[in-house]
Amino acid sequence: MAEVLVYVDHVDGAVRKPTLELLTLARRIGEPVAVALGAGGADTAAVLGEHGAVKVLTHDASEYADYLVVPKVDALQAAVAEVSPAAVLVPSSAEGKEIAARLALRIGSGIITDAVDLEAGDAGPVATQSVFAASFTTKSRISKGTPVITVKPNSAAVEAAPAAGAVSELSVTFSAQATGTKVTGRTPRESTGRPELTEAAIVVSGGRGVNGSENFAIIEALADSLGAAVGASRAAVDAGWYPHTNQVGQTGKSVSPQLYIANGISGAIQHRAGMQTSKTIVAVNKDAEAPIFDLVDYGVVGDLFDVVPALTEEINARKG
Amino acid sequence: MSLRIVVTVKYVPDATGDRHFADDLTVDRDDVDGLLSELDEYAVEQALQISENSDDDVEVTVLTVGPEDAKDALRKALSMGADKAVHVEDDDLHGTDALGTSLVLAKAIEKAGYDLVISGMASTDGTMGVVPALLAERLGVPQVTLLSEVSVEDGTVRGRRDGDAASEQLEASLPAVVSVTDQSGEARYPSFKGIMAAKKKPVQAWDLSDLDLEAGQVGLEGAYTVVDSATERPARTAGTIVKDEGEGGKQLAEFLASQKFI
Repeated sequence: MAEVLVYVDHVDGAVRKPTLELLTLARRIGEPVAVALGAGGADTAAVLGEHGAVKVLTHDASEYADYLVVPKVDALQAAVAEVSPAAVLVPSSAEGKEIAARLALRIGSGIITDAVDLEAGDAGPVATQSVFAASFTTKSRISKGTPVITVKPNSAAVEAAPAAGAVSELSVTFSAQATGTKVTGRTPRESTGRPELTEAAIVVSGGRGVNGSENFAIIEALADSLGAAVGASRAAVDAGWYPHTNQVGQTGKSVSPQLYIANGISGAIQHRAGMQTSKTIVAVNKDAEAPIFDLVDYGVVGDLFDVVPALTEEINARKG
Repeated sequence: MSLRIVVTVKYVPDATGDRHFADDLTVDRDDVDGLLSELDEYAVEQALQISENSDDDVEVTVLTVGPEDAKDALRKALSMGADKAVHVEDDDLHGTDALGTSLVLAKAIEKAGYDLVISGMASTDGTMGVVPALLAERLGVPQVTLLSEVSVEDGTVRGRRDGDAASEQLEASLPAVVSVTDQSGEARYPSFKGIMAAKKKPVQAWDLSDLDLEAGQVGLEGAYTVVDSATERPARTAGTIVKDEGEGGKQLAEFLASQKFI
């Protein structure tokens, strides 16, 4: 059976959920071989094996942390040369897309980004994408070279599928470009204890109607009652009420949770572009004419300062 | 010292219009008005700021690959304050994918001459966000991408990249490719004077032969990806909408419970 390379997104050996989703998708088109780079790479083997990786190729060098993107491209290219895979799958993070693009160019292949589904086809893997603010669904494939495909978080359910997960060391020679962009400082983002926005099953967002950074406490309380991530519209971010890393929309993150709750968000096209693929959509807004209500499964026309705390209280009461 | 900045910009269909596909499954550009991609305005802005903050002689060239109408995007950038423009236009470019676009841009950037390339983080239509990395790979220069802050001094570009896990400080020697996010700083509006001045600024037109490229390297023929189908997402069925008369929060909780979210 053809092997499929899966690029592993991990933090010091802790594998992030989108990589496990990729392993599920990879099994539809072949046998997953994972590539885990940098410090802790070898520690990923157990969990990757549990989710279907027959092999885990690892390589650790300071270059992965000290320089931007290119060392990882060099390593993935070495893995492609070693394995001759049927496809390469990479999580659709900002960095993942950059790594995938440079790899595709080097190996003379096409690239598809932000796939939301993947299946085997007669002429190679077929990727489903959601485009134009999720108003169209396309099916595409790569016609030249080894398909390189990046996949959005929440595109597949994580499934356990025990496999060998045999670790072997990848041999990597860094290119002249590898040390071109130095990382001279790194400030880790403080953990909020909440799920990562793009990976969360439930996202609770606030917009212009929240009217102030201090009021985001109401949104956070609702999120915490549901174990959800917190999102914000561009208006709220531009006003300085919430960090840009939480922005949902065209110029922020695109999310596809099981449940999206929009509070005080009118639903401009730029915001819809980032959340329209959510499975269930709920909105609370004072303005009955707000375009967000065209998208909802359930909407409440009302003041979020009344509705959201009441909802939070009710959820907490039901949880007992 | 002089510094040559090339800003790559894209002419995109207005996102507020009714965007759809043509029969050959390329983006239909005829039915929706186009404009300069909003995210590229931030790239133009940063180029102008680098120019204004520099003691060197800085020249800002805006470059686009696109149909006749793409001139509108160049005019907007020129009216913001860019010095000159290059428009790569050729019928054979129809259907070019991201890899092909990066090839044409790289050839044009080399022909124009550059010390620094600045791009937006992504286009607002395709939203792939891969062209800056592809340009760096093709040009063989450092990529300093997704910056929310950027500065250039003594042949070195520095910037801040805000990722999911960490905020990173980056540094590279010129020549380099930079991309900037919408957090890099509000883009200026063209002044009346700027709009008038833009009419007199040079717009150079190049086609594929000017860049030593063959038709088969670009367009639908040269594309590495094939779109097999594009279907409009069915309209969502109308949801339940209630007016809050004191029970809105409870009603919503009831709905969430019925959907097994609580």
